[in-house]
Amino acid sequence: MTHPSSVRRLLVAATVSLVAAASVLAKDITLLNVSYDPTRELYADFNKAFAARWKAKTGDTVLVKQSHGGSGKQARSVIDGLEADVVTLALAYDIDEIGERAKLLPADWQKRLPHNSAPYTSTYIFLVRKGNPKGIKDWSDLVKPGVSVITANPKTSGGARWGYLAAYGWALRQPGGNDARARDFIARLFANVPVLDSGARGSTVTFAERGVGDVLLAWENEAQLSLKEFGVDKFDIVYPSSSILAEPPVAVVDKVVDKRGTRAAAQAYLEHLYTPEGQEIAARHFYRPIDDQVAAKHAKVFPKISLFTIDDTFGGWAKAQKTHFADGGVFDQIYTRK
Amino acid sequence: MPRAHLLLTRHSVLPGFNLALGFTLLYLALIVLIPLSAAFLKTATMTAPAFWSAVTSPRVLASYRLTFSASLAAALLNALFGLVVAWVLVRYEFPARRLVDALVDLPFALPTAVAGIALTALYSSHGWLGQWLPFKVSYTPLGVLVALTFIGLPFVVRTVQPVLEDLQQEAEEAAATLGADRWQTFRRVIVPTLMPALLTGFALAFARALGEYGSVIFIAGNMPMVSEITPLLIITKLEQYDYAGATAIATVLLVVAFVLLLAINALQAWTRAGHGP
Repeated sequence: MTHPSSVRRLLVAATVSLVAAASVLAKDITLLNVSYDPTRELYADFNKAFAARWKAKTGDTVLVKQSHGGSGKQARSVIDGLEADVVTLALAYDIDEIGERAKLLPADWQKRLPHNSAPYTSTYIFLVRKGNPKGIKDWSDLVKPGVSVITANPKTSGGARWGYLAAYGWALRQPGGNDARARDFIARLFANVPVLDSGARGSTVTFAERGVGDVLLAWENEAQLSLKEFGVDKFDIVYPSSSILAEPPVAVVDKVVDKRGTRAAAQAYLEHLYTPEGQEIAARHFYRPIDDQVAAKHAKVFPKISLFTIDDTFGGWAKAQKTHFADGGVFDQIYTRK
Repeated sequence: MPRAHLLLTRHSVLPGFNLALGFTLLYLALIVLIPLSAAFLKTATMTAPAFWSAVTSPRVLASYRLTFSASLAAALLNALFGLVVAWVLVRYEFPARRLVDALVDLPFALPTAVAGIALTALYSSHGWLGQWLPFKVSYTPLGVLVALTFIGLPFVVRTVQPVLEDLQQEAEEAAATLGADRWQTFRRVIVPTLMPALLTGFALAFARALGEYGSVIFIAGNMPMVSEITPLLIITKLEQYDYAGATAIATVLLVVAFVLLLAINALQAWTRAGHGP
């Protein structure tokens, strides 16, 4: 053992085992959260809060990486092999597809966390030009002649699907409302749409920066964010008489966390969204908290309006998707019927 | 020694033919053929009627019309004005010539989304340019043409420029001394020399325009039946997890593009052989 290279080897071995020992004491964990577009700022804040909690609880350092994009596109990335520990997407249908096509999580994933696995909710509302020059108060005003409506394409944007269903659901719920009338209403609404961007952020830009249109159908949080970003002197938010309860769901991706050994952290990460701290952060980013106390604190930001759910009105996502947004569905018929 | 081997080696004058050809085929297979055949294989999972209805639905047909006509128009515009730009850059000395020369490459370097957003802002009805125009550009098929022209410009300039630089002015002078007027010199001397390069540039600009997505979706307005480009419909299909339907449309786009490029190549060979204008 006097040979210099043996000594060096011994030293290397000692160092390696030291490092290994240290990493047993405090692990470095990375999680990948694959999310949709408007949650960027929300999760930037939340990740910091969670990392601090997790460090205090376990001593481990957790670094949560974020990936954002259109909800459907993000789901497809996960199906095609992007190793997401957790997915936090715009609609349950996208996570359903991850379960069905890639078998990465069980079909009943939505029952595993409270409130249909949606730790916060949102809805679809109107953003209008300051002073509301066209006098837009409710969904019925959107089909008036001369009103120009901006929304993203429901076929490519998860958010726009919520908006479409909100309009359709409102029409269904009017006195004497039925499918034929609702179809007619939605066709007239889309006849007033001059531009269909592919994503919700894109249509916000078209409305706010390009100056196109009189009213933007927007996520509640995006509308609030636009006020913050572009100034309250530019736009007003209008709450229609009723809208849809949007539940952006979250889920642990079982196959990935089991492979990477990150299940405990991933699970805790999502559960932390339900704690008062997580709820507070969601509310600060204009997502409606489900915790009553936090909700009461922010009641001023979130006016009470009548919200209907996709399950009650449309029989769930799978059915709504098939009837309305699949090829040849109600949305396609609006444009090809003429 | 097998005969085939002898046959292959007999014709090559340069050494290393086998290795170079092997490498070329492997490289092309890895980079081009395998990814593309994946698209064809995915399409092959569809039944014939399903394929037919996916690639001939009214919205898809409308998008072919827009994509092919706008790409063709943009490539033609670029062939014409790209030639002028290349001519000016090669034949004249003027201040900031190098700067202008560098500007030509910008559409290459700029992320297409940035280009799309910038063009949309410029040509929207409140934009710097759009407010002075009597007709709408952003959110109409015309906007598609503008975006495709923008991204296609460097192809023609960069293919024509080197040929123009090599073109000896003596040839033109000789034509002049032999009694040709300016138009005849241009038509009989310059154009035939430039034609193959011009066609290459045209083909590249056209092919690029067919597949362009990033810049167009911002300016097109994406209205079904009016201003949806074919690549957008492919994305739309993917968004519905309809992988086969998406690749079906992609296959049609690929095959048509390939046939058109082959035709342009043939035309090029024909002009190079001394025919043409």
